[in-house]
Amino acid sequence: MIQPVLAALFDLSHPAHYLHWHFFQMSVANVIVILLMIAVFVAAILIPFPRRERSS
Amino acid sequence: MSDGGRSSVSAAERRMWTTWVRERAVSSLPPDKLLPDRQPSYVSSWIYVFGVTTIAALVVVVVSGMILGLAGPAWWHTSSLGRFFNGIHLWGVELFFFAMVVHLWGKFFMGAWRGGRGRTWVTGAIAFLVAIGAAFTGYLSQQNFDSQWIASEGKDGLNSVGIGAFFNVSNFGQMYTFHVILLPLAVSALVVWHVLLVRRHGVVPPYPAKGQER
Repeated sequence: MIQPVLAALFDLSHPAHYLHWHFFQMSVANVIVILLMIAVFVAAILIPFPRRERSS
Repeated sequence: MSDGGRSSVSAAERRMWTTWVRERAVSSLPPDKLLPDRQPSYVSSWIYVFGVTTIAALVVVVVSGMILGLAGPAWWHTSSLGRFFNGIHLWGVELFFFAMVVHLWGKFFMGAWRGGRGRTWVTGAIAFLVAIGAAFTGYLSQQNFDSQWIASEGKDGLNSVGIGAFFNVSNFGQMYTFHVILLPLAVSALVVWHVLLVRRHGVVPPYPAKGQER
């Protein structure tokens, strides 16, 4: 019962999927990680940081 | 500001190396700089959290790696708890590199080497490169078919640049020593040096607005 819940969300027991674009070749997993890093970088700049009011 | 205890040091004590080290350490990193209570207002942005995220991930990686090293490959491959810690170690590394790359991008676009912070930038860059070696030797230390495949592929690359005789990826003992002792020590030392330099020189201020360049 617990096993399916704890199992990986994605089945990793097969060769990785790759993107090919001329000389460029990269696994889909790596492309997703790079896109996530760009998204987090942009979000870190745009999302305002919570400010705590200081009692003077 | 502290004088490093200089005023109370006798002439005989001044010749001792411990006095020299203490005075140098306290004068370059006084306690209020080493552990400040406040940071400049420009630090209140999410882009500044990725350095400490990287360090937090490094702590998780080192601690989980110690547990894996103590229990051994038979444990991390066969028991569910061993596989759990193996997963913690892997995902800790994923978070470590993820946060470090975002940190690197942020500091690059801030020009974080400005204002005498060149060594801070260089120690960070070298820590990144050494960490890649630590991750690579980690893949070689898995003790499975994946590590054998990576070793056979990596050996050609290292031989092609002439270092295959000194860094033999098919020698498990050598790679394991690099992975669990030498490279973690190097990464940790570089990170400590990097953080001390940040403490000494402070966080780089933003570029001045247009028309306000000095």
